[in-house]
Amino acid sequence: MPLRLWRKPLDSEKIKIPEGEVHVLKDRCKGCGFCIEFCPKEVLEQSEEFNIKGVHPPQVKEETVCILCSFCEAVCPDFAIFSVKKDCKGGC
Amino acid sequence: MSEDSHPFERFLRDGMMPHIWCEGCGNGIILNCFVRALKDIEIDVNKVVVVSGIGCIGRLSGYTNTDSYHTTHGRAIAFATGAKLANPELKTVVISGDGDLFAIGGNHFIHAARRNVDIQVICANNFNYGMTGGQYGPTTPLKAWTTTTPYGNIEHPFNLVHLAAASGAVYVARWTTLHVRRLTESIKKVLQKEGFSFIEVITPCPEIYGRRNKMATGIEMMNWFKTAAEIRNASDPAEAEISPEKIVVGEFIDAEKPTYDHLLREMMKQVQERIRGEK
Ligand SMILES: Cc1ncc(C[n+]2csc(CCOP(=O)(O)OP(=O)(O)O)c2C)c(N)n1
Ligand code: SF4
Ligand SMILES: [Mg+2]
Repeated sequence: MPLRLWRKPLDSEKIKIPEGEVHVLKDRCKGCGFCIEFCPKEVLEQSEEFNIKGVHPPQVKEETVCILCSFCEAVCPDFAIFSVKKDCKGGC
Repeated sequence: MSEDSHPFERFLRDGMMPHIWCEGCGNGIILNCFVRALKDIEIDVNKVVVVSGIGCIGRLSGYTNTDSYHTTHGRAIAFATGAKLANPELKTVVISGDGDLFAIGGNHFIHAARRNVDIQVICANNFNYGMTGGQYGPTTPLKAWTTTTPYGNIEHPFNLVHLAAASGAVYVARWTTLHVRRLTESIKKVLQKEGFSFIEVITPCPEIYGRRNKMATGIEMMNWFKTAAEIRNASDPAEAEISPEKIVVGEFIDAEKPTYDHLLREMMKQVQERIRGEK
């Protein structure tokens, strides 16, 4: 659909964008960088630390913008990252 | 951020992670999408058998927490046909490589598709024989460099989705490892479908193929998929090209046709009834 035909969804006021929390299983990471490259919200960056495999696992740069799309989880070839709904009990 | 357990852990065989695949290899993404599909449709994993042949992707059958067969080179479909006929209750999924399924195993593929054996085939197409050092194979693009085409490939590749469709497959789709959502949806669909189903997954092999073709990392190969992929659902698979500029992806065929297993069981019943009647 051409961009000019796009409309604001009718229920956009009612929908609350979920907030996600990213978990990294550091020692599983092989350092391919897919999660960092393809996160649509640029939540992740390469860390300085070395993991057991001698690569730099990703770390969260800006968690507040994570919308729980879970693309990082789906595109990770090594089951080293996943996202969950943020626990907002204490307030987000 | 905490160190805890991955939500798909129970679908992975105990103690098998990390897998053997290289950094930036797309095979892990195919495994990831496959186990997500199992989880999403809440299928009984005791009724799923994963069958693979030989090659890097062939290792996948050892990683899923399902029953599995890691068979001989090129014979995954033959084993899967046997498993399916012996136990029709099973969802029999073949996950194997472009070399395994279309070079040494090419005849098994076309005839299982022609017969409409009720198996689901997922092919990891990385354009070469990854495991044995990057030789060219039946899907290597024209002009591509591999260890055995040092001056560029002079052979024309198969168009796998066209081949599958022409051979009679009732479901045919192609995605890349960047299309994780659509790939997972396709896998969910074929897990619930009857008949010979085929999903081609274009996947990066940066270590062995990409490096020789000016894409040395997984990210470079995935960015090629990102810029070149064009989704054309329900289009003619004969036109589904793969070139440096364009990779046509989509769901090409979704049809119904009596399966071999069904027709075989029906015939056995009829023949048995006839024999009993004659006695
Ligand atoms: C009968 C036989 N012939 C040859 C081989 C050597 N061999 C092992 S893997 C392979 C090719 C695998 O290529 P593909 O199926 O594309 O898998 P990939 O490694 O690329 O994932 C070959 C030729 C073998 N194992 N058995
Ligand atoms: S050689 Fe290629 S296909 Fe095999 S594990 Fe490495 S990147 Fe993957
Ligand atoms: Mg291959």
